[in-house]
Amino acid sequence: MKDLSQQIKEVARSLLQDGKVDLVIGYENGSLPLRASPCFIRSAGEVERLIWNACCETNLATYLPDTNDRVGVVAKGCDARAIVVEIAERQVARERVVIIGVPCEGIIDRRKVASRLGWKEILQANLEDGRILLAGDGFEETLPLEDSLYEACLTCEQRTPPVYDYLVGEPIPAVDVIDPFREVTTLESQGADQKWAYFSQEFSKCIRCYACREACPLCYCPECFIDQTQPSWFGKTNDLSDTLIFHVVRALHLAGRCVDCGTCSRACPMGIDLRALNRKMIKDVWERYGYRAGLDLAAIPPLSTFKLDDPQEFIK
Amino acid sequence: MAAREQVAVQEEQVPARAEWEPRVIAFLCNWCSYAGADLAGVSRIQYPPNIRIIRVPCSGRVNPLFIIKSLQQGADGVLVSGCHPGDCHYISGNYYARRRFALLKSVLEYVGVEPGRVHFSWVSAAEGVKFSQVVTDVVESVRALGPARTLVRAELRSRKA
Repeated sequence: MKDLSQQIKEVARSLLQDGKVDLVIGYENGSLPLRASPCFIRSAGEVERLIWNACCETNLATYLPDTNDRVGVVAKGCDARAIVVEIAERQVARERVVIIGVPCEGIIDRRKVASRLGWKEILQANLEDGRILLAGDGFEETLPLEDSLYEACLTCEQRTPPVYDYLVGEPIPAVDVIDPFREVTTLESQGADQKWAYFSQEFSKCIRCYACREACPLCYCPECFIDQTQPSWFGKTNDLSDTLIFHVVRALHLAGRCVDCGTCSRACPMGIDLRALNRKMIKDVWERYGYRAGLDLAAIPPLSTFKLDDPQEFIK
Repeated sequence: MAAREQVAVQEEQVPARAEWEPRVIAFLCNWCSYAGADLAGVSRIQYPPNIRIIRVPCSGRVNPLFIIKSLQQGADGVLVSGCHPGDCHYISGNYYARRRFALLKSVLEYVGVEPGRVHFSWVSAAEGVKFSQVVTDVVESVRALGPARTLVRAELRSRKA
């Protein structure tokens, strides 16, 4: 991991020194253990702040549509897929972005780690070949890294960025996931009442903070449908119908876009199972239209095109 | 926006369960299905009076939010009907709509909205008989499900119970 950090610093330094970019977005150490913060570097002298490790969870593609600078951005496989979608949908100009790709073996889920430790406060964390060494007040614990990864990382299809300008480290092959949509299929097979019970219980937790939308790199609309007042589509209340509809429509708007980076569910302070909806849309778009988002800069998004013989078994 | 007022179902007095009649919002494309409904009418073909028709220029004009909003505001079912594939007045509106509706229907059923609430059909201007059959099927499937319970706003749900 150390040499990856070093390589990122070198790439960032040369990009800034040669004036190829105005800004490098990467990660720096956070103020708490197991955390890395987004970091914005504008001069070659600052590149020492940059790091790379298994805590670099934020999807930095989120920042790209908001700036007109030429940006070098550190991107994991899923982040790079999100950048590809942004470019394909003309939200970001290709020549404005330098993708510093980093093959990723998965990111640590802090909630999983904390629950393993019985929610004791972690004061120190070190990562060492495949293990997390944790220490706190009166305890020391070692956890294997592979048991502590985010759910999204366990079904990751693209550990190496599909598109990049610099690749740091060696490409990592995709994990061979047997039945990647197992949870979706399980939910699908239940009756309407059970499905409603599950989702109403999940979404009744929502406090409408919109962290999911703000963290999502592909929720780039200047004005979200839920914020519109002319017409005012749905209420801003925490009435179950309003919150559930917000999440359903968000999933629908991300159909054919979502790259399942898991950023929304990480951002959610209430721990809502947001990926359940997004995974469903990913599955449908794949099964019906054979499309996976974020792999090809030239691909036409599935809802911006059609085939004459698209399946229509649901139409009378 | 006129469509907004149209989508919001008028807050009629909600009758007791025994005399409950399904209310179905039907978005019909101007060029085919609306004309099909017209043909059914001038041909004196009977169909259930439970639908409230909203005329739209094309099935491609139907934003999925129209459908969700209808269900939230107390409609018991929704029907969207447009030109057959290949017959769209605007060449391809119904093809785009077909992809959107497929995903919408799928995600609604995934969260627990009964499959019989939301319906789609292709009805041409010559298919008055088909129109009446579609409406009969839709109304019957909604009737079998009873009043909408899932996406409806809480205050409407309590009045309906």
